[in-house]
Amino acid sequence: MTAPLIVFFVLAALAVIGAINLIVQKHPIHSALSLIVVMVALAGLYLLMGAEFVAAVQIIVYGGAIMVLFVFVIMLLNAGVEEHTSISKMAGAPGLLLVVALAGFVAATLARSGASVQAATQTGALSSTKGISEMVFKDFVYPFELTSFLILVAILGATVLAQREKS
Amino acid sequence: MVPTNYYVILSAILFGLGVFAFIFKRNVITIFMSIELMLNAVNLAFVAFSQALGKLDGQVFVLFVIVVAAAEAAVGLGIIILIARNRQTLNVERVDLLKL
Repeated sequence: MTAPLIVFFVLAALAVIGAINLIVQKHPIHSALSLIVVMVALAGLYLLMGAEFVAAVQIIVYGGAIMVLFVFVIMLLNAGVEEHTSISKMAGAPGLLLVVALAGFVAATLARSGASVQAATQTGALSSTKGISEMVFKDFVYPFELTSFLILVAILGATVLAQREKS
Repeated sequence: MVPTNYYVILSAILFGLGVFAFIFKRNVITIFMSIELMLNAVNLAFVAFSQALGKLDGQVFVLFVIVVAAAEAAVGLGIIILIARNRQTLNVERVDLLKL
């Protein structure tokens, strides 16, 4: 077993345990903290794949900005332990069935086409940050500008939604 | 190197767990967090295929997904604050104004 494989399995186990902990925990703040664990583990996986820019963005935007927003809202609303009714407990069985079906479908698809995916070359010398900046500002410049417009609309929307109504 | 299959299978597992959390959880904030978990799983598949094919398109798509997720989180949490203010609850079963 080589070193990258060991790192992969450690980080993958961390991510899966964090995701399971998100489901098991009853209090939303504990779920939020386990989601941060998942995101940091995924950032480590991106580093392992040589995507260092995406890893940095993952930590800064997801682990930093979005999760702080989540924790802030949980504290603002003073969210307590969630309550389950008998109907919501019943939703667990079909949900589990759906998850198993989904994972089985993906595994079957991979098993059929796995050879072509695996056979692809591993280019280690892919300078990701330089290449990404060239692509974003050349090939994807219009979508990139549109995202700034999207952010502006989101800021306005969030401000309008969260302000108190004038009585 | 780690085979691409492993990354895709991990991505499928995380997406499945996100779907399960989306169905099973009753707190609207936790449901929103499970959506973020599903987005993260998709990002992992994007980066894995980007690395396997030796092209950077996938990583650029991941950046756009992260931008959309940030915008979605801002608006979604605003909506959650509105729900909490108007209905005095975060349980999705209590938000049943459209139910017959």
